[in-house]
Amino acid sequence: MYNFEFNRPTDLSAAVDALRGDGAQALGGGQTLIPVLKQRLAAPTTLVDLTGIESLKGIRRMGDMLVIGGGTTHGAVAASGDVAAAIPGLVELASKIGDPQVRNRGTIGGSLANNDPAACYPAAALALGATIETNQRKIEADDFFQGLYATSLEEGEVITAVHFPIPTASTYQKFEQPASRFSLTSIFLAKMSDGSVRVGVTGAGADGVFRHEGLEQALGSNFSASAVDGVSVAAEGMSNDLHGTPEYRANLVKVMTKRAVEALS
Amino acid sequence: MAKDNVMGSSSKRREDVRFLKGRGRYTDDMNRPGQTYAYILRSWSAHATLNSVDTAAASEAEGVIRVFTGKDIEEAGLGGVPCGWEITDKNGDPMKEPAHPILATGKVRHVGDPIAVVVAETYQQARDAAEMIDIDMTDLPAVVDMRTAETLGTGVHDEAPDNLCYDWELGDAAATDAAFASAAHVTTLEFINNRLVANPMEPRCAIGDYDQDADHYTLYTTSQNPHVIRLLMGAFVLSIPEHKLRVYAPDVGGGFGTKIFHYAEEAFVTWASAQIKRPVKWTSDRSEAFISDAHGRDHVTKAELALDAEGKFLALRADTRANMGAYLSTFAPCVPTWLHGTLLAGQYATPAVHCRVRAMFTNTVPVDAYRGAGRPEATYLLERIINKAAQELGMDQAELRRKNFIRSFPYDTPVALQYDTGDYDATLDAVLKMADYDGFAARKAESASRGKLRGIGLSCYIEACGIAPSSLVGALGARAGLYEAATIRVNPTGSVTVMTGSHSHGQGHETTFAQVVSDALGIPEDQIEIVHGDTDKIPFGMGTYGSRSLAVGGSAIVKAVDKVVAKGKKIAAHLLEAAESDIVFEDGQYKVAGTDKAKAFAEVSLAAYVPHNYPIEEIEPGLEETAFYDPKNFTYPAGSYLCEVEVDPQTGKVEIVALSASDDFGNVVNPMIVEGQVHGGLAQGLGQAMLENAAYDEHGQLVAGSYMDYAMPLAVDLPSFNVETAEGTPCTHNPLGVKGCGEAGAIGSPPALVNAVVNALQDHGIDHIDMPLSPLRVWTAIQNASVKQAAE
Ligand SMILES: Cc1cc2nc3c(=O)[nH]c(=O)nc-3n(C[C@H](O)[C@H](O)[C@H](O)COP(=O)(O)OP(=O)(O)OC[C@H]3O[C@@H](n4cnc5c(N)ncnc54)[C@H](O)[C@@H]3O)c2cc1C
Repeated sequence: MYNFEFNRPTDLSAAVDALRGDGAQALGGGQTLIPVLKQRLAAPTTLVDLTGIESLKGIRRMGDMLVIGGGTTHGAVAASGDVAAAIPGLVELASKIGDPQVRNRGTIGGSLANNDPAACYPAAALALGATIETNQRKIEADDFFQGLYATSLEEGEVITAVHFPIPTASTYQKFEQPASRFSLTSIFLAKMSDGSVRVGVTGAGADGVFRHEGLEQALGSNFSASAVDGVSVAAEGMSNDLHGTPEYRANLVKVMTKRAVEALS
Repeated sequence: MAKDNVMGSSSKRREDVRFLKGRGRYTDDMNRPGQTYAYILRSWSAHATLNSVDTAAASEAEGVIRVFTGKDIEEAGLGGVPCGWEITDKNGDPMKEPAHPILATGKVRHVGDPIAVVVAETYQQARDAAEMIDIDMTDLPAVVDMRTAETLGTGVHDEAPDNLCYDWELGDAAATDAAFASAAHVTTLEFINNRLVANPMEPRCAIGDYDQDADHYTLYTTSQNPHVIRLLMGAFVLSIPEHKLRVYAPDVGGGFGTKIFHYAEEAFVTWASAQIKRPVKWTSDRSEAFISDAHGRDHVTKAELALDAEGKFLALRADTRANMGAYLSTFAPCVPTWLHGTLLAGQYATPAVHCRVRAMFTNTVPVDAYRGAGRPEATYLLERIINKAAQELGMDQAELRRKNFIRSFPYDTPVALQYDTGDYDATLDAVLKMADYDGFAARKAESASRGKLRGIGLSCYIEACGIAPSSLVGALGARAGLYEAATIRVNPTGSVTVMTGSHSHGQGHETTFAQVVSDALGIPEDQIEIVHGDTDKIPFGMGTYGSRSLAVGGSAIVKAVDKVVAKGKKIAAHLLEAAESDIVFEDGQYKVAGTDKAKAFAEVSLAAYVPHNYPIEEIEPGLEETAFYDPKNFTYPAGSYLCEVEVDPQTGKVEIVALSASDDFGNVVNPMIVEGQVHGGLAQGLGQAMLENAAYDEHGQLVAGSYMDYAMPLAVDLPSFNVETAEGTPCTHNPLGVKGCGEAGAIGSPPALVNAVVNALQDHGIDHIDMPLSPLRVWTAIQNASVKQAAE
């Protein structure tokens, strides 16, 4: 690590002020940022720790929306009865992130802000059509993710909450990368109250998380595993590494989508 | 009193009390007064000419004491890192042995090759300053693929423009050729034995501490064999005589082979401490460990098995390229030769075996012994090709093996070993029963009903442990003896301190060795202290590797105990006014045979230290004995493993549903520790087979350079193992009748898993997949097979 100033505000406005400083960066659970700092791959001059801000934490049901504070840990989501009742797929998702230590530190805001192409939450945010609320504005998930590790967040902008429309059914089917155990290719499948089906795919795309329109349409008109068979999922645009070729990832998109359909049938 | 049946009881591991409470004392836990910190700047290029290293700015940086480069080492006239084993090639010429400098000069030869070291007041300052070093390098083509290394036209070392370290052979080529010519069936298998990173939980660490007043050096280090480090570093690198150098390896958090070797960092901190007259500490981080700890395995092999019409093995031929990496690590040259070629008879009476090994230099991290060292590679070769032969001939994998088992002992193999004893039918029978081999068809059908492909794979391994008779290994090129030493110090009141040359880095010696001594002396285990790891305390030692600690180190302890008892008898005879020949020692008592006259062990020890009434004319006071034990032969643990898997054909994911192991380790001192060793070995072996792969790209960059890409086995990947130790055939030539159990799991399990997966996929026409059997590889194999089948 390089030296940095450490700032631990207890309210959001103080955090936002601190983040205006040159070279300041927000610190959530630190489960991504701390390893990056240890490798000296980032050199913020000030770290603004968000974990002391109570208003960023917590899970609330508001009508047909579930609102999760940006500083809520994966562990809290995994253990929440409200989440289990409203969006069981999010419980599946959160409970499969990393290990207990990671889940008890890592936050939903940090995960979305980081937009790792193999991270889990981005698939849920896209598939559920979530709205990402910041200290400045509200951003639709479809506009939020901008490719690998890129989002529409501006410098110093803090994710304060994520608003998830409550679907009629949801599931997360994770296929783990053998080493990191992040997603090699995973599917978040949601049946929305208007009858539409949304499919978020993470781990697979060369440009990061995406929705698969072909699968959504096929499943929207015929919610069955056989409907998935008829959809062609192209290898083109999928990423390629030690653990998966584009063809393999394309195959996994279909296989995991079918499993998601079976899980909800 | 000692408890009954000390030998063979599962005493709890006493060292675990401190380990489980986080109170182990590891090298990095130690700090010396005035200590400084070293940060090593390592090459990011796999192969480059080093034009200049400008340290001017770094030398001026805050907290920096000195910056060292290869030039400083050269000017000081230090030796390079030595190699401990010389292989003679098939023409009788010595292997190519290029210099292995402590810090690179002229060229860097792998990613991680050390270029410069900053020594500063703090680790952070050293690391900050290292970023100010200006290095000018010109990249050269990297030698990565062993198969093309000979003809690439780029040499890692000038001495070996074809990158060949040696071209070695073993066995009778003519007899092998003749047998192939007459064979009814020949099975051929080409494969890669994947490169591994050892990944001990504790990364390496070294502290050099020079005492100017005494002109004496101490090296604290993470080593499996401190005396070997003292010998190699003192004599060959730094010219420090033994009496001026102490090497201390306290608690060590796992080694798996990679902490056997003498590393440049150890020599550097020891030497640098004398230059700056302050202690120097270096601690590897995990990323650094990936590119500086010696790797394991990495063979590319073509094997052929000749069989007659009944399935009897006629001959085996193996042609292997073995990766040495960029420099020769301490025991690297002997691993693919004398620890691999010699094991190619396996459990089978194959009359002719021929093995050729070409050791290659490449621009990769040096490769050396890793849990099993050579023997896993040999076992994999044999056990895979036997299954392929069974598949081709439509024979049962167990029956084909049984047809070929060695059944009379001692047995001279065609590859230079003599097996003293064994019973291969016994462990095979046991494992088939444990795993319900006969019920497999029903389980396969049940899996099929769930869309899963079930497979079962056998592996019957043998290994040579208890390395080794010194005269034999000397003839084979070892530059050291391979005996072990022990001192038994009986203290005046009858407690015992045991100084052993074996080193424990997880194996539980403090428990097992105490059991051995407790049994022999009839005193409780808590009256026995086991001391290891310190060259100042222990007479000598060759250390721990090759499952040798109990077989060789334990035997040295037994010999020293025998000497103690022999002297004790003389003292007791005097005290009891009996003839020495009438004294028997049993249950901790010196007794006059046939009478009730006796002296307790502690009474005799006290007499030895308070020799008022003592045979002083005949023997000296005191009761302390040292013994060196040089084994007469290797020991030959053997066993049978059965692995059962379910393959998900849609994703290629393999689930290990069962792993049964039946091992013959000869006599067993502590069954719980033995079982634990087998469990650990199995996890590493299955890790190699299914997960681990130290993949390099064509530029010599380690792609799997962190846990994000290097897959380690986790508990969730493994089934609950079904492990049994067979009644066993005790080793015939060491006093304990023990064989060694530390590596068996890692040796026997990789082919069992691959055989199981191939067995599951045989209906697809698949007969081999290279390790690790990742979901991607298995799925790809299924796709290719379907394409092939469709075309046919
Ligand atoms: C061993 C291990 C295994 C893991 N496995 C998985 C897995 O399987 N799936 C998965 O999805 N993830 C996994 N992760 C990552 C984990 O989910 C992280 O918690 C997450 O990626 C980052 O969240 P964080 O709160 O720790 O953020 P930090 O690491 O603190 O920050 C990450 C980035 O987000 C920014 N940031 C943090 N909070 C906010 C906020 N509220 N508003 C705006 N910006 C913010 C930071 O400035 C930084 O740029 C794993 C991590 C580890 C260490």
